Amino acid sequence: MNCLERVLTTLGHKEPDRVPLFLLLTMHGARELGMSIREYFAAPANVVEGQMRMQARYGHDCLYTLTYAAVEVEAWGGEIVFRDDGPPNAGQPIIRRPEDIEKLEPPRVRDSSSLGRVLAITAGLKARAGDRIPIVGVALSPFSLPVIQMGFDKYIQLIYDRPELFARLMRMNEEFCVEWANAQLEAGATAIGYFDPVSSPTITPRELSRRTGLDIARRTISRIKGPVAMSMGSGRCLPVVDDVARMGAPIIAASALEDLAGTKTACQGRMTVLGNLNGIGMRRWTPAQAEAEVKKAIAGAGQGGGFILCDNHGEIPWQVPEGVLHAISDAVNEWGRYPLDWVGPS
Amino acid sequence: MRELEQSARELGEALLSINRLAAREVITTATAKWGAVCTMEELIAPTLERIGAGWERGEVALSQVYMASLICEEMLPAISPTERPARRQPKMAIAVLEDHHQLGKRMVAQVLRAGGFELLDYGHGVRADSLVDRALGDDVGILLISTLMLPSALRVKEVRSRLSDSKTGIRLVVGGAPFLFDADLWQEVGADAMGRCATDAIRVVTALMDGEGGRL
Ligand code: B12
Repeated sequence: MNCLERVLTTLGHKEPDRVPLFLLLTMHGARELGMSIREYFAAPANVVEGQMRMQARYGHDCLYTLTYAAVEVEAWGGEIVFRDDGPPNAGQPIIRRPEDIEKLEPPRVRDSSSLGRVLAITAGLKARAGDRIPIVGVALSPFSLPVIQMGFDKYIQLIYDRPELFARLMRMNEEFCVEWANAQLEAGATAIGYFDPVSSPTITPRELSRRTGLDIARRTISRIKGPVAMSMGSGRCLPVVDDVARMGAPIIAASALEDLAGTKTACQGRMTVLGNLNGIGMRRWTPAQAEAEVKKAIAGAGQGGGFILCDNHGEIPWQVPEGVLHAISDAVNEWGRYPLDWVGPS
Repeated sequence: MRELEQSARELGEALLSINRLAAREVITTATAKWGAVCTMEELIAPTLERIGAGWERGEVALSQVYMASLICEEMLPAISPTERPARRQPKMAIAVLEDHHQLGKRMVAQVLRAGGFELLDYGHGVRADSLVDRALGDDVGILLISTLMLPSALRVKEVRSRLSDSKTGIRLVVGGAPFLFDADLWQEVGADAMGRCATDAIRVVTALMDGEGGRL
C-alpha cells in the first residue's frame, strides 16, 4: 500500500497494512536544509524540499503545507515576529479596537503573497508526490482567527459584549476561510486541517460554542470542497464529538488531555481519530518512552482502522530531537502492522 | 459564616454566567456587610479559585475564568480597601517572558488584585536579562512568569541562573500551556512553583510566603 491508500483505507474504517502515521513537522525542514526558520519559510521551494526529505527519512504518511498559523493574518496586513528556536507568531493585532471591525476589509486569497507562498508549496508538493502521499493543508477557523487578529482578551470580550461587531467579523472570516481552504484544495491539497481551538470546551463553554463556533464550523465545513479534519489544537474535544460528527468532518483530532480510546469509542465509526501524542512531552522522550507511547496509542485506538497516529496539536515543536521522530516511526513499523494481534479485541 | 457561603455560591453562579450586574450586587452587599478585606480574601478569592479548579477538571471554559476575574477586578475601585495592599505580602511582579501572548498574565494579575494582592506588571516580550535586572532593582520577593510558547518556557532556565548568580532569594512562579502539557517542566527550568490555572496564583503565592514550594 502507498501512503494515500493506507490513509483512505483507515478513513473507510477498515484496517490497512499498518497504522498510518502523520508527523506534522513544520520547522524541522529548516534543520534538514541547514537554514534558519525565517529563511526556510521565505521560499516555497525550501519547504517542498524539506517536506519531501523528511517524508523519505521517517516514512510517515503525509506531507504538510503549514508554515505558521499567523500566515493568515499576514494576508490581512499583519506582521510576523520570527525567532530562531520556535514558530513565528503574529505581531501587533490588526484590529486594535472593536470599532476597527466596521472598516475592516477581508483580503482576496489570490492577491496575498503570504498565502501565495503556501499555495506554491502545495502545488510543488503535488508535483513531486502526485497521488502517492496525502497533502494536508491548514485553515484557521473563522471563530479562532480573531485571537490573532485582535488579541485573546479583546476577542473574548467581543464575543460576550459586542454581538453585532462579532457577527460582522464572523461573516468576513467565514468567506475568507472558505476561499482559502478551497484555494488550497485546488492547488493540490488532499485534505484541510480546520483549526478551531476556540470552539473547544477548554476555551468556550459548550452551550455558547454551539451557538457560535460550532455553528460557524458546520456552515463553513459544508462549503469546503474536500475532506476536513477538525482540530481543536490540543484543546478538549470529547464533549463536542457528536456536534463535530454531524458537521460532516471525516476526521477529528484528539487532545493529549483526553483519553484516546474514549474518543475513539465516542466517535462510533463516524469519524477517524487523529492523535494524540503529546508534542510538548516528546521533547524529553527516550526511544523506549517513544515506543511505549506509540504502543499505548495504537492499543487504545488502532483496532478496526479509523485511526491515524499523530501529535495532539498539529505541529511538532522545534525542540523535539530527530532521534525521537525516528523512534516513533520505528515503533509504528514494529507495533502498527495489522492485524494488531498483540492488542486483543477492542 | 453560612451567609458568606451563600454569597460565594451566588457570586460563583453570577460569574460563570457572565452576569455583571448580579456579581456587582453580591460584591457590593458583601463589602458593606463584612468590609473590603474580608470580601476580597473570603469571598472573591475562594470563588475564583473554585472556578479555576473547574477549568482544570475540564468543566469550566477559559473564557469564563477570564470574564470572572475581569468582572471581579472591575469592582476594585468600588471596594477600595483602606489598607493597600489588603494583604501582608512581599513585593511581587509578573511578566510574559519573550512571548507576546498576554492573556495568561492578564488573568493572573486580575485574580491576584481581586484577591487583595498588589503586583507590578512588567509587560510582555520581556527578555531574561532585563527581567532579572528589573526584579532586583524593585526588590521583588516573588516573580511570576507566564509563557505560552515552549521556547519561551524553556527560557525560564536563564532567568533562574541569573537569579542564582545574583544570590537573592527571589522566588520564581511559572505558568502557561507548556507547563500543563509537560508536568515536570517547571522543575526542569528551575522554578520554585507552578500554577495550573491563573486562579492558582493566590494559593501558590500564599504557600511560598509560608515557606513552601513545589506544585502547590
Ligand atoms: C487557542 C490556541 C491557538 C489559537 C490562538 C493562539 C493565541 N493565543 O494567540 C490559534 C489557532 C490562532 C493558535 C495558533 C498557534 N498556536 Co496555539 N494554541 C491554542 C490553545 C488551544 C490555547 C492557547 C491560549 O491562548 N490559551 C489561553 C491561555 C491564557 O492559557 P494558558 O497559557 O494555558 O494559561 C492558563 C494557565 O496555564 C494559567 N497560567 C498562565 N500563565 C500563568 C502564569 C502563572 C504565574 C500562573 C500561576 C498561572 C498561569 O492561567 C491560564 C488560565 O487558567 C493551546 C493549547 C491548549 N490546550 O492550551 C495551543 C498552543 C498555545 N499553541 C501552540 C502553538 C505552537 C501555536 C502556533 C505557534 C502554531 C504555529 N506554528 O503557527 C500558533 C501561534 C499563533 C500566533 N500567536 O501567532 C502551542 C504552544 C506550545 C509550543 N508547542 O510551543 C500550544 C500550547 C499547543 C500545544 N499543545 O503545543 N493557537
